[in-house]
Order: sequence, then C-alpha cells, then structure tokens
Amino acid sequence: MKRISTPISEDVIRGLKVGDEILLNGRVVLSRDIGHKFMVEKKPDWLKPLLHEAVIYHCGPVVAHHEDGHWSFVSAGPTTSIREEPYQADVLETYTVRGVIGKGGMGRKTSDALGKVGACYLHATGGAGALLAERVKRVVDVKMLEEFGSPEAFWIIEVEDFPLVVTMDSHGGSLHEDVAQSSLARAKELMASK
Amino acid sequence: MTACSMPNLTSLGTVESRSVLPKDWKADLSDLAGLDLTQPVLELIRRTTSRLPQDVIEAVVANRNLEAEGSRAANTLDTMLENITLADDHVSPLCQDTGTIIFWVRHPFGLSQRRAKEQIRKAVAEATAKSWLRPNCVESLSGRNPGNNMDPFLEGHPVIHFEEREEPGIEISIMLKGGGCENVGAQYRLPEASLGAGRDLGGVRKCILDAVTKAQGQGCSPGILGVAIGGDRVTGYERSKEVILRKLGTPNPDPKLDAFERRLTEEINTLGIGPMGYGGRTTVLGVLVSEMFRHPASFFVSVSYMCWSSRRMDLVLEPSGSVAYR
Ligand code: SF4
Repeated sequence: MKRISTPISEDVIRGLKVGDEILLNGRVVLSRDIGHKFMVEKKPDWLKPLLHEAVIYHCGPVVAHHEDGHWSFVSAGPTTSIREEPYQADVLETYTVRGVIGKGGMGRKTSDALGKVGACYLHATGGAGALLAERVKRVVDVKMLEEFGSPEAFWIIEVEDFPLVVTMDSHGGSLHEDVAQSSLARAKELMASK
Repeated sequence: MTACSMPNLTSLGTVESRSVLPKDWKADLSDLAGLDLTQPVLELIRRTTSRLPQDVIEAVVANRNLEAEGSRAANTLDTMLENITLADDHVSPLCQDTGTIIFWVRHPFGLSQRRAKEQIRKAVAEATAKSWLRPNCVESLSGRNPGNNMDPFLEGHPVIHFEEREEPGIEISIMLKGGGCENVGAQYRLPEASLGAGRDLGGVRKCILDAVTKAQGQGCSPGILGVAIGGDRVTGYERSKEVILRKLGTPNPDPKLDAFERRLTEEINTLGIGPMGYGGRTTVLGVLVSEMFRHPASFFVSVSYMCWSSRRMDLVLEPSGSVAYR
C-alpha cells in the first residue's frame, strides 16, 4: 500500500493506476450536494488555498462538539458520489483538486476532468464510518456551517492513513467498468447453464 | 499477515452494564395493558446500531479467510472487521446511515397494538435525540426533515409489523435497512423474456443473478440477499426483508430451497464483484429464500439487498418477565 500526502503533485497522481490501494495523509475537505452547487455557482476565492492539490470527500459526517469548543468526528463513511456528477468536473478544474473520495464511482464527464487536471477518484469502504472517523486526526476548521447545516458544511480535516482504493485514474481507467464487464460476462455464462 | 480470526468484541457483561434498562428489569406479561415497551426497545436500538450479529461477523471472517492474502478483497474485509471492533468498543454507529427502521412485533392476545406503536415510536424518537439514529425520514416532495425519524401520518416510518400469535412471550425484531442497499433491490415478473426466465426455480435463479450483477458494489457488498418467490408486489417485497432476519448458516426449513440457497451463494461468489465492487471472491455472505403462494396469473420474484452492515436483532420478553437480546 502506498502512502500519499497532500499537497499531492501531478506526478504522483499520474503514477497511480486503477486498483492501487493507498493510505492518504493530510488535508481533506468535505463537501456534498449544496457545497458542490455553491462551488460551481459562486467559485469563492477563499476555498482556493484550501482545495489546491488537496482532496474532496463526499461525506456527511456525524460530529461531536466538545465543551472546550473543539470538534471531532464520530462516524464518517462515504456517501454516493454520482449525485455530484453535474458539478465535479468544473470543481476539479477550478480548484486543481487532486482527488475525490466517495463511493460508487462517477461518470464520463468527471473521468475526462480527472485526466485533464491530473486527479483520481478514490473509493472508501462503505459502511466503515467508525473506522474512517478514527483516522480523522484533527478537525481543522469548518466553513458554511450555519448556512449549509452540519452534514453539508465544508469540514476541513486532517487524516492519517485513510484507506482508499483508486477506482478511476487519470488515464481514463475505471475499476467500476472493468468489474461490471467481467461480472456481466460471468453472469451470462451462469445463466446459460441450467 | 496470517488468516484473521474473530474480532475481539466487548464482553456481554460490559454490553449489559451500559444498558438503559435498570438492572433486573422485568416485564409483567400478566398485565399486557399496563406493559411499557419504550425502554426495552430503546435498549434494542442501542445494541443494534453499534454491534453486528455474531453470525454476520462470523461470515465476514470466514469469507475474509477465503480471499487471497494481501488482495484488495482481503484488505477491504479487514477494514470492515476493524470497523466492527471500533464501533462496538466506542458504542458508536457502525455506519452513519442508520437506515430505514423496521420492526416486527409478535405478541399474544391482549396487547394493544396502538399503544405498542406509540411506545416504539417514542423509543425511536429518543434514540434519534441521543444520536444513536440519524434522522432519516424526510417529506418526499419537499425533502423537509422533521429531525426525529417520525412520519407524522403514523404509518410510514418507523415501519412496524404486528402479528398476534399463540405463544405467551413477546418477540420484537428490528432491522436497520441502509438506503444505499435498498436502492439496489429489484422485483421481477415471470416469465421475463429478456432473461429467458420462466416460472420455475431456474427462472428465479436468473432473476437473482441479474439483480446481484446489476447491484455491483453499490449496496456495499458483500451483501445478504433476501428473496421472496410469489406473493403480490407488496407482500413479496415485505417477505424479502423479513427473511433476512434468519441467521446466516442456519438451514432453510425447505430442503429444496436450502440446496438452492447454497448453490446460488456459491455461484454468485464466482462473479468477481467482490467487497465494495473492487473485484474478488466475496460478493455475498448468503442468500435467503422464502416461497409464498401467489395469484395464478402473477409470479413475482422480489429481491432485497442487505449490505454487509446487516444490523438486526431480536428482543425477547419471556413469560417469566425476563428480557433477552439475541
Ligand atoms: S448500504 Fe453502505 S452506506 Fe448504506 S447503510 Fe449499508 S453499509 Fe452503510
């Protein structure tokens, strides 16, 4: 398993191939539906330094607010990514994001942008909310909490050894497509037998 | 790394010491009208959200040990097992999606279903306020979330099925059914020409193979498939969920279906979808099938997909008043 840290250079991304398992370290910014729409429509400058060569995570976490004012993550597994398909390509290009974490994979438009920008789609284990929260070492900041509500806010976190699989790379490869094709062929074989 | 063994979970004593039920709490089943199910159901929810059933954990471990050492599939199953250990240890939700909440209440004559429903709803609202459950019930068209998991029409959510029966004790089963896996369920009407599926067990097999191939990893595989043969569109889907309450590894009472389940599990695990759809052997942990009667003109096959985070549990109130969680 490769360890990769933010800021991630284009070279590192180009070296990653579909199927690689990585442990991510460094800065991750959470964003879901409202955040993606906002990034595309408003393109705020204050997000630029936060997202540059960093990673976006499709996740609506369960968070705890402690008495001394600091935040921690209780459960933080991935949510389905395809909902951000209309926005993701634009976001990748505007902010030079190097990775998108989520589940289920994304479409053609995002795949093209991954190639153009030099970025990867990184799949997290669905249902592993407790473990993934444990790998969040620090909640650095949160933006638009009041406006968007907790599950949709931009949580800026630092992760340590966050386990991910590259399922879409910057060379047009998609593990989702490969597995879909081979499993469909096998299913046809099985269906042809009694 | 060598083959993995069962994760180290907190002892039953520790689980009990954290119970919301007072020690030595007893139910008085001689006074069904005065019975309050709120606290035992709250405890049922607490246990279900943070700990998977033993048979599911055992199935994950057994399948993990069949994957090639160091493969993506083995590593992903290891991640799941680590998650199981952490959630249990911290008493935190296994998955942030705590699902659609479904109950089955089996009770003797004399229990007021209306009152039991009120008590169960109260327990769900309280568990939501305690963050054991995520508020997962929104108004369909506006998307508005009342924040307490309650459908104000008193029928949609939480889902509560009642059945009066001969036996004196009360049994309440709970299932937390994730949204991602619910989305990949499917219903077929046989004959289904596109699959070449006729009205027999061979046709049912084709439907199941089709459903699981279409689902890929989207339902957070490895999944558990609940299948109902027959019924109508509603009762078929209902049964396809209820059948997932059966423990993995227990035989189907119908020997013909038992053989069918084993064969399907083996066949599906040659599709190569694997954990989370990354490829690998373990696509399902089990297939559970139930046969129903049907209208002569209709032949439905209903398939419910349960994710690996198969959260379900039974609460049993014995006639003696003692309470057990299984
Ligand atoms: S389908 Fe996946 S994300 Fe949804 S409840 Fe199950 S494990 Fe969690």
